[in-house]
Amino acid sequence: MIDILDLIPLMLLGAILGLDVVSFPQAMISRPLVAATLAGAVVGQPMSGLLIGAALELISLETLPIGASRYPEWGSAAVVGGAIFAIHEGAPAGAMAVAVVGALATGWIGGWTMVLLRRLNAVWARRHRQSLESGNYRTVVGLQIFGLTADLMRGAALTAIALVVLSPLSLAVVGLWGTDARIARAAVVGIAATVAVAAVWKLYHLTPGARWLFLGGLVVGMLLLVLT
Amino acid sequence: MTPPPVLAPPLPLAIRLVIFSRLLAIQGSWNYEILLGNGIGFCVEPALRQLPGGKGGPAYREALARECRYFNAHPYMAAIAVGALARAETDGVDPDRIERFRTACCGPLGSVGDRLVWAAWLPFCSLLALAAFGFGGSPLLVIALFLGIYNAGHLALRVWGLRAGWQHGLRVASALGRPLLRQSPQYVTQVSAVLAGIAIPLAMDRIVGPGRGLFGVVVLGVAVGGWIIVRLHGRAEGWRIALVALAGFVLFSISVSR
Repeated sequence: MIDILDLIPLMLLGAILGLDVVSFPQAMISRPLVAATLAGAVVGQPMSGLLIGAALELISLETLPIGASRYPEWGSAAVVGGAIFAIHEGAPAGAMAVAVVGALATGWIGGWTMVLLRRLNAVWARRHRQSLESGNYRTVVGLQIFGLTADLMRGAALTAIALVVLSPLSLAVVGLWGTDARIARAAVVGIAATVAVAAVWKLYHLTPGARWLFLGGLVVGMLLLVLT
Repeated sequence: MTPPPVLAPPLPLAIRLVIFSRLLAIQGSWNYEILLGNGIGFCVEPALRQLPGGKGGPAYREALARECRYFNAHPYMAAIAVGALARAETDGVDPDRIERFRTACCGPLGSVGDRLVWAAWLPFCSLLALAAFGFGGSPLLVIALFLGIYNAGHLALRVWGLRAGWQHGLRVASALGRPLLRQSPQYVTQVSAVLAGIAIPLAMDRIVGPGRGLFGVVVLGVAVGGWIIVRLHGRAEGWRIALVALAGFVLFSISVSR
């Protein structure tokens, strides 16, 4: 289980990476591959974080963070997924599946909290419209600071609540797990890769020659697997 | 006849640095009413201090109010608008022209950025990092590769955008026609398609771990599942399908243990 000494740095990490998704600096440190690995490193298991990060990265390939569209908040979600998987020493059967489900559920709720934050920013901007229309410097800067602070707190709260709820739940579920470890991991990988393949199609099917290029790459990839 | 280009006076380094650092937080107050509007005002503001009357003067306040109105663009490409608007305001361009420019550039700055960054550069860097992971890269290597390459492009785009916007002012539309911006998404996506074919099976293999007994079944399942998701034509998002399928699998795995 995650103790308080791990929870605080993970909460801070979730806050910073949640902020990166939209508000600051959008350097993509919030991508699952990075975020989950960092969370794993905080718990002392960077390799576990990287494994879960790769599975989540495959799923997140389809998410294009375009403007006002709604999408999962991957930053805090991947911190939760990486930490949950990392606390299961030796990666027992079911740990990966539970961690990915936990991350996806957190991402889903995280996406919803982002919508709430945008509404809150709108309320705040409306309240200060007169001041904004008179070109008040303090109002302009104040709105930015308010939005950034609220987003930071959103990420921290989301990460902390998700970890407190999901960490004991994941231990209980893994304790009751009844499917073979290899099948469990294959199911996670299969579902993640299915979403990734569909995302690749969605992204590239209109690009000239992309189908053949993908198939060519796939042949090389499979050959590499056979040869190694 | 096209008027000769007017050489831009240099933007003082200190102001340029402040604007650039603020660009990183341009979406800090993003909302459903004025979208990026306040962020644009926040970024342009350091340049407005050069207006007659200085910070807080009538010209400064009028310009700041104008720049905080509704605006929408890709966050990285917004650097172009910030540079152009800063130049226009400090040059004392007619407010109506500035308003028309703000209205006209939202669409192009959004679509070019979405195609170049979200649909091309980001997936390319993700797939490259997944390939590095599949080849056995360490956590540090995979993260450094992804963040290094992605942010080289990201930061270069913001720096170039700010400079191009300031240099060209309201005539910055010509900068969007550069071959690099128009053609590179296609080349990047073509390379990404090859990379996806290599990266996805390698990453799958590393996540599954030792023993490939089930690998063939998984590959077949991925092909069938991917085809089904594609046939849904976006009616259901992949991550939602993954959540439902995995949650169902977890419940099944608990039930068989009893």
